[in-house]
Amino acid sequence: MWKRDEAVKPTGPASPASPATPATPAQQTQASTPAQPEPRRHQMMERDVVNIGKSVVIKGELNGSEDLTIEGHVEGKIELRDHVLTIGPNGKIKAQVFAKAVIVLGEVNGNVTATEKVDIRDGGSVDGDIISPRVAIAEGAHFRGSVDMQRKGGQPSQSKADNAQVSRSSASNVGSQPVAAH
Amino acid sequence: MVYHSSLSLSDLFSRKRKDETADAGAHWPVYPTKALPKFLANLSARSQRLLLDLGPVVGTNVTFFGEELGCKIHVEDVFKDIDRHVNEDKLDVLPSFLGTRFAQEDGSVDGILCWDIFDYLDKASAQVLARELIRMLRPDGVLFALFNIVEAATKAPPGFTRYVVADRQNLQYRPYRSARGKQRPLTPRDIQRLFEPLHISEQFLLKNNLREVLFRKPSIEKTTAEGKPASHRAAD
Repeated sequence: MWKRDEAVKPTGPASPASPATPATPAQQTQASTPAQPEPRRHQMMERDVVNIGKSVVIKGELNGSEDLTIEGHVEGKIELRDHVLTIGPNGKIKAQVFAKAVIVLGEVNGNVTATEKVDIRDGGSVDGDIISPRVAIAEGAHFRGSVDMQRKGGQPSQSKADNAQVSRSSASNVGSQPVAAH
Repeated sequence: MVYHSSLSLSDLFSRKRKDETADAGAHWPVYPTKALPKFLANLSARSQRLLLDLGPVVGTNVTFFGEELGCKIHVEDVFKDIDRHVNEDKLDVLPSFLGTRFAQEDGSVDGILCWDIFDYLDKASAQVLARELIRMLRPDGVLFALFNIVEAATKAPPGFTRYVVADRQNLQYRPYRSARGKQRPLTPRDIQRLFEPLHISEQFLLKNNLREVLFRKPSIEKTTAEGKPASHRAAD
């Protein structure tokens, strides 16, 4: 009996995965490698991300201190100041949103403020103003509004590296001739 | 090929998808731009800038302008408006629509990215849009526009172009289908008249038959000091 109990106990310290961090595929993979029993892992995930299902409609103010995924309808105001809000493909939001990071796969109608990042994925839609230091809008996403990315004290922009992804192979093919202004 | 045992099949597929996404724009041509660096230089000198982008939403552009200039960007996809009016067979009301399309206040915008929107507009719509842009532009504000200089091939399917900023000196051209093709090209004189009282501060003729033009709205001092705008003086 004793031996069996010891076998299911984790041998090392508690998992370093922070509850505030969104569960990326890589992190999920990492989490699965230590000898952690399956039910406990599920319990941890359930505790980390809360889901609002398709059939749920919320009208009013939504506050939280954990990551949240919304697949239902929310009208009003959403505040997850230190956590990640994911609007799932079925999610429809008509609200002011405040969060650490916002990932949009569904529809948002309202202003979105994030302290870290707003990510509008393919198929996602935002009608409203975005305030965030980092904004990513995928091709195929819908966006109408303004983007305010407050620059952090003149730090070198990360976008330069991101934009370098665009091929420059044919840049030398076409030149330009300056023409005197009329 | 040996994969790490901790990787699941879905991880491998997601990695493949990421690679495909990264390569998605790789095959579109990239052309140098001369006017864009000057447009950026003009805006860099200001604080609390507001940029108006009339093109389709391009994530990398939003990131580029946001992080490069630290400005607020308004994205107003006028290309989509044109397409919608063509599809609904309501092109006759496009001028009046454009006249009320923009909620921005007079003289509130520091920079406008027009791309090649004027190539797709009829004369009446172009005049209304130009008037609106001039209204919104702040004194000393700049407007970046591209104009086609050759007649579009009649057999070519109609299409718009997404201009993706590769870096300060290069733009990637990504064509996509549209309901309306390019109209008759505007002559330099037409362009100048269309945007009066803005004056052309830079103009470049590209080898790919596009004219890049950087307009500037005369500052209040220049306009009032001598009684007429700088562009008028240049024309005189």
